[in-house]
Amino acid sequence: MTATTVPAGPAPPPAPERGGGRGLRTRLRKEAALAYVLLLPALVLFGAFSFYPFLRNFKLMLYETPPVPGLPSRYVGLHQIIPTITSTQFTQSLVTTIIFVILVVPISLLLGLALAVAAHRKLKGMAVYRVIFSSTVVSSVAVASVVFGTLLNPVVGLLPWLGINPTPPALENTTWALPSVALITIWQFLGLSFIIMSAGLQSVPDELLEAARIDGAGSWTRFWRMTVPLLSPTIFFAVVVSTIYAFQAFGAVDILIGNQNAVRLHTNVLIYNILNTLQIESNPGAAAIMATVLFLIILGLTLLQLRFLERRVSYAR
Amino acid sequence: MAQVSFDGVTKRFGDTTAVDDLTLSIPDGELLVLLGSSGCGKTTALRLVAGLEEISAGTVSIGERVVNEVDPKDRDVAMVFQSYALYPHLTVAKNIEFPLRQRGVDKEERTTKVKRAAETLGLGDLLGRKPGQLSGGQRQRVALARAIVREPLVFLMDEPLSNLDAALRVQTRADIVELQNRLKTTTLYVTHDQVEAMTMGHRIAVMSEGKLQQVAAPEALYAKPTNVFVAHFLGSPGMNLVEGMLVESASADASGGGGRGTLSVAFAGASVPLPAEVADSVRGSGPDVVLGLRPEALHLSPDGVIGASVIIVELLGAETHVICHTETGARIIVRQGAGAPKPRIGEPVRIAVEPDPEAYHLFDSSSGNRLGGP
Repeated sequence: MTATTVPAGPAPPPAPERGGGRGLRTRLRKEAALAYVLLLPALVLFGAFSFYPFLRNFKLMLYETPPVPGLPSRYVGLHQIIPTITSTQFTQSLVTTIIFVILVVPISLLLGLALAVAAHRKLKGMAVYRVIFSSTVVSSVAVASVVFGTLLNPVVGLLPWLGINPTPPALENTTWALPSVALITIWQFLGLSFIIMSAGLQSVPDELLEAARIDGAGSWTRFWRMTVPLLSPTIFFAVVVSTIYAFQAFGAVDILIGNQNAVRLHTNVLIYNILNTLQIESNPGAAAIMATVLFLIILGLTLLQLRFLERRVSYAR
Repeated sequence: MAQVSFDGVTKRFGDTTAVDDLTLSIPDGELLVLLGSSGCGKTTALRLVAGLEEISAGTVSIGERVVNEVDPKDRDVAMVFQSYALYPHLTVAKNIEFPLRQRGVDKEERTTKVKRAAETLGLGDLLGRKPGQLSGGQRQRVALARAIVREPLVFLMDEPLSNLDAALRVQTRADIVELQNRLKTTTLYVTHDQVEAMTMGHRIAVMSEGKLQQVAAPEALYAKPTNVFVAHFLGSPGMNLVEGMLVESASADASGGGGRGTLSVAFAGASVPLPAEVADSVRGSGPDVVLGLRPEALHLSPDGVIGASVIIVELLGAETHVICHTETGARIIVRQGAGAPKPRIGEPVRIAVEPDPEAYHLFDSSSGNRLGGP
């Protein structure tokens, strides 16, 4: 078919009224204009704080900053990418982050699931517990860090009171510093984990579990053979979200460990490493490359999640 | 197989009494329908047998055994839920197999039994599918197959047809009756649909507000409802109930016999004389009564005893329902055959009652209970 072919069949009816059609078009154009005006504040904010830095990051990757302050940065193209991501500093930081993720994700999810199952029972006053369990979501990293810092304090903290006194103290100890920071992150994520798991549990119909009960399944079988399979989309979602959350951990490391601590290399998670590379080593190029690697990791996880969510549709009853 | 007995069973949820002092016995092999409107306690009663609710007072027995403290899995009952409650992550075969697996039946026997149950319900081709890939009717049959597969003592069915469309419901209704006839398994069937109850039940137990109103075979329940609730609940449309007064008139001395006058139920615009048998059984009651007349016991006739005006005419094909208002605004439905003339809306009519004594139902107006014997 070419563009010149006359269409077969009756000609399309003429527009009912010329003026009416134009009026509609004008109105649509006006509506579109209004939409853009209303979008503008959000676009400005996103542009300034998300899109521009994001794009700028790719530009920074291409420039190398000389180690001596004051000299202008130099265009090197893609040449500094390989040295940066193979540097011991970066690989160590990546390994630390992965260990951190492995510490945080399973524990926070299992605890969240356990609390959700406990709070799912229809008992009086359970609402109070639900509020308590989900409250960690609304506490800030700074507050949580200060509280946990105090609890872990070798003199006034909870650890010495419990008779646990590692030397050097937990937050200055090469073995215990990372688990300590992970502990705070677990605590912080627990609220969200609890909320996600609770929502998932509520989507499991009671009748299904009752049917299983009459069919002869004990509580353990009901949990493992009914609840967990039906909860699997929720659990997968929670795994991805908590992994992303753990990859982005920063606040607790910064507040509790900091730059001056001897163990900082043992808690040098990616984001913290990126910040140090930028601020202390004044090397924006390398920092940008590391940030891009982190971005790709999180992008991968997000795509995985989206694919799975699509599959989940066929899972509906 | 076994009989199921409720003995003074009460179930309370906080301040609400869902089932109130229920005593009822379902003999071995019977299909008993628990009938009532939503919230009447019928489903709760069923769940008490299943063991999904704890009993507040009284005892529930299956066979000779009191099961109050017995775990659901040890009661040897199977339940079909309104939502079917199929396991969405398991195939049809695994769904049907699940109760057998939980009871440690060996693999060979499981396969045989699943196959047999699936064939009984015509599910042979669907064994590999997941519930999400099935139609409503197919899911319903999987739920039934899962119930029959382990040959339980008792079937419990909680409105199993209510999610099906009308045509499929009629078909499945017959299938369930046929299945139960063949298996002879004691069955408790909960429904709010009186047509289902009438067509399926060996006996029907009518419940209202947690209390058992009447339990009887469908014909007996229809012919002699024990109170106004049962009278109105059964039948489509339900029985017409009109408040009136028992009046003795001396004028009909000659025909009354025994020197007694005619007993009539009088209300504004009408006086309905009662046949002698009915009159004799209710004489001395009242005077305030409720007169119950089934729509099929009425017809429009110029010499009818009740004056009314037509409000709505519903044509149903084989029959017509003429909905009338009496002078006092009481609503009376008359069922006419297909051949009868169709009145116009607003037309004044006269309603005649069949001379058959069975057509008259009289209830005490304060208690609502049937007058004149059982």
